[in-house]
Amino acid sequence: MRRKPILIALLTLLAGSSLMFAGTVSGKVTYTGTPAHQKAIDMSKEPSCAKQHATPISTETVVTGANNALENVVVYISAGAPDEGQVPTQAITYTQKGCQYLPHVLPMHVNQEFEILNDDQTSHNIHPLPKVNIEWNKSQPPGSPPIKEKYDKAEFIEVKCNIHPWMHGYFAVLKTSHYDVSKEGGDFKLPNLPPGKYTLTAWHEKYGTQTADVTITGNETKDVNFTFKATAY
Amino acid sequence: MAKFFAITIIIIAIASAIPILRHTWAPPEDISTHGALIDEQLSETMAEAGISFLAAQFVLAFFIWKFSNPAPDAKLKNFPGGAKGLVIAAFLVVGIEVMALGIFGAKAWANVYLTPPAADAMPIQVQAGQFAFYFRYPGPDGKFGATHPELINEGQQNYYGLDPEHDVDARDDIVAAEMAIPVNKEIHLLMHSKDVGHSFYVRELRVQQDFVPGLDVSLHFTATKVGKYEIVCTQLCGLGHYNMKAYLEVLSQQDFDDWMKKETAMQ
Repeated sequence: MRRKPILIALLTLLAGSSLMFAGTVSGKVTYTGTPAHQKAIDMSKEPSCAKQHATPISTETVVTGANNALENVVVYISAGAPDEGQVPTQAITYTQKGCQYLPHVLPMHVNQEFEILNDDQTSHNIHPLPKVNIEWNKSQPPGSPPIKEKYDKAEFIEVKCNIHPWMHGYFAVLKTSHYDVSKEGGDFKLPNLPPGKYTLTAWHEKYGTQTADVTITGNETKDVNFTFKATAY
Repeated sequence: MAKFFAITIIIIAIASAIPILRHTWAPPEDISTHGALIDEQLSETMAEAGISFLAAQFVLAFFIWKFSNPAPDAKLKNFPGGAKGLVIAAFLVVGIEVMALGIFGAKAWANVYLTPPAADAMPIQVQAGQFAFYFRYPGPDGKFGATHPELINEGQQNYYGLDPEHDVDARDDIVAAEMAIPVNKEIHLLMHSKDVGHSFYVRELRVQQDFVPGLDVSLHFTATKVGKYEIVCTQLCGLGHYNMKAYLEVLSQQDFDDWMKKETAMQ
């Protein structure tokens, strides 16, 4: 009978200590220079998609925000990640809606299952273009069940639709689940990092990659910022 | 039984001619300056082929009716004078007929392809690729920028592989997913394919032309009626062929100028 409280105390201590030493890396991704002009997309060929956008959407190769923020940059632990090989069990989703890929960049763990949904009233043909994984392309008429897939090698994979040439996105297949995609404002945050030395990589589909080393010693938040050099073309 | 068969042939032949004579499946209204000649050519071809078809069916039915039940002791007879003369006559009649159609049709064809477009015809480039059409206008400078296939990047809407960074002519090019043209203005359409064979077909314009990979094809036409028409691909080009289409907007000059302003802003 007396063992139970001790056990609870021990468990609380364990849980507490792991939380106590969970560091966070956060920061901002910005650009200098003039980013490439993003063209508006004419979807007149597919009226059911065109009418979903009050104003035409633009290409998303370079998405910027106020104060030179750069969005859609994948920031992840490229070396030292504590969770390599620990494949998350929950599936993530990639949605085709309004003839657009949502999100534009989908990060995932190697071997993690992801589901592709078609929310449109038209057929899509999703065609990722991997170089080291196996290539496939699948047709998905409206109302079809989700397509379930996974990739077993780390890679950044360009995604296109064989029916709607303007549709464009990326899969970021990573060896870790410690990743984030810079949002509005260019912010990213990688929480729950145990103490250790890490290499952080920031990847942008047009402006390439940058890395930074960071050491987490305990319960702390480290600031790391990335600045990409933008080009007008 | 043979008489029943002969009658059935007559009924099928006449029944199939009725919808054609009644124009049940008539083409939509012609909106081009050259279309009348093409329509005339088509109805002439249809009339001649139709009369030959009916005549052949009637002769077939007559022979079945008359000779299907020969008397048991009847002998096979040769055609008087042999078949040689008849075969030569058939060759001549059919040959002259086909040649005549070709000669009369050459004018309709030449109107679109062989005669040069007017000097002030508006050049528009159309590129077919799996599975969409993209149209290019030269912009205010009147010059198309050079295309570089290696620079084609659909995710960035660079369907033609233009290089605006280094090529001044390409900077003002307008690339659109629909084709707008001013009414009563001659259009010089410059066609090329990005990948496989496609086709450019607008029923109302009476224009149907294949894209052949590696070939630059050009034709010219003038649309005479304001409206929105469908451009479809009529060469099976792959999985998304059924969905390969675009729209042709024939606009008044004012509306066309407005459209061009809107497209310029979208580049």
